[in-house]
Amino acid sequence: MTLFRVFRGTRDGGGLHDYQVAATEGMVVLDAVHAIQAEQAPDLAVRWNCKAGKCGSCSAEINGKPKLMCMTRMSDYAPDETITVTPMRAFPVIKDLVTDVSWNYEVNRRIPEFKPRKPDAADGTWRMYQFEVERPQEFRKCIECFLCQDVCHVLRTHEKHEQFMGPAMLVRAAVYEMHPLDEADRRDYLRHEGGIGFCNITKCCTEVCPESITITDNAIIPLKERVVDANYDPLAALWRKVTGKAP
Amino acid sequence: MTTSVRDLQERSFGATLRRDAWWIAPALTALVLGGFGVYATWAAWVNRFYEWGPYLSPFYSPLIQTTWWPLSPAFLILIFPGAFRVTCYYYRKAYYRAFFLDPVACAVGEPRHGYKGESKFPFILQNLHRYAMYAAVVFIFILSYDVFLATRWPVNGVLSDGTMAAGPREFGVGIGTLVMAVNVILLSCYTFGCHSLRHLIGGNVDCFSCVRGGRARFETWRGVSALNRHHMLFAWCSLFSVALTDVYIRLCAMGVIHDVRLF
Repeated sequence: MTLFRVFRGTRDGGGLHDYQVAATEGMVVLDAVHAIQAEQAPDLAVRWNCKAGKCGSCSAEINGKPKLMCMTRMSDYAPDETITVTPMRAFPVIKDLVTDVSWNYEVNRRIPEFKPRKPDAADGTWRMYQFEVERPQEFRKCIECFLCQDVCHVLRTHEKHEQFMGPAMLVRAAVYEMHPLDEADRRDYLRHEGGIGFCNITKCCTEVCPESITITDNAIIPLKERVVDANYDPLAALWRKVTGKAP
Repeated sequence: MTTSVRDLQERSFGATLRRDAWWIAPALTALVLGGFGVYATWAAWVNRFYEWGPYLSPFYSPLIQTTWWPLSPAFLILIFPGAFRVTCYYYRKAYYRAFFLDPVACAVGEPRHGYKGESKFPFILQNLHRYAMYAAVVFIFILSYDVFLATRWPVNGVLSDGTMAAGPREFGVGIGTLVMAVNVILLSCYTFGCHSLRHLIGGNVDCFSCVRGGRARFETWRGVSALNRHHMLFAWCSLFSVALTDVYIRLCAMGVIHDVRLF
């Protein structure tokens, strides 16, 4: 039997409750939580859907680390190890392991939208090459589990939700910003409303991403560099002033 | 006991529900980076034993002989590669975790509140990393020239005080030449995998097929990206190689070890 300590409660309060679960071969943490729900605590709230690491619903913190419960094998832990399951810390708890992640969707709505250039052909279609669209395609793997938002210390510890959009939304902005057809300029938005300067590159977001998206190196740092182009590079500013064009 | 979920998790420095040894990586980083900082400062300060025969320590390259600067010329040199490493995107992660504890590890409590990140002074200056990169690229050429000079040996040999005897030069390679060459290779892999260079070389282009030389820029960007994927590895390897190159030449100059001329 494995001892599980699961958070039970709401945003007003709660605590860790102990449950004993018989671990079987091939079991993942979500299976154990379902076993608790089926046999010991039918009112235990847990959000899940695909059980295949593709819907991003069962995000939680297992022994303090943000993870998908469905992708965390019981065999990763010692048989006598206590497993603590708590909800994501960066978002308000609704009940037990379920958090309110609606803030992410509000931020998503505020990102300047995709703005394609004029069609390349008379029939209203565009031409682009696979090699140049591969960069934003990496970010399309995002399953919106929001584990990166949860682990980001700017949101998790410092609660800068009003000032910083978080890594998941920076990835979302990068999808549009790096698209070969897009013409919108999001650098001012990223600097001010997006608060990209709050990110200090500690790469926790990349470490927890279940889709292995290279969030920091391929999305956030390139966006930071674009913000530098527009705001912090004196030579680029001089070039723009003299030529009237971006360097 | 009734408590909020936030109280269950990290509310103070080091507090966490993590059970792994999360503190090892930042402790090792602090130890190694701190050790390098102390050694580099000492090696720059002493202003001696930085050349032997055709070898010149990277801490003192290019060789500056001036009277207006009261301290060791190494400080005039190290400010450039130092700025490159201090503002480097990888080292930022390393020292924000190890020294500023901001955060010390993922999902672990922090000691301070009032976080501003890189949005305010002084850390907003990190945005000037590309200028430090320009200087670092120049240093790659300077250190490559030093490797070339390290293959030019005096026909009449190296004197007992480590200076080269007068007379013509010939091609030769010693252990020190190889040490200096490996150092330049590792520094090149680190410098040419820089995130800022990656951006300037092609990362700032969205539609490669729309710009002049787009395919070439894309291929260059892809090459820099290949190095960039191992930026952390090269950051550490080049840090060690710089220090070890200085140590090797220093020990030769002090007479503690004797360089071996391979051919």
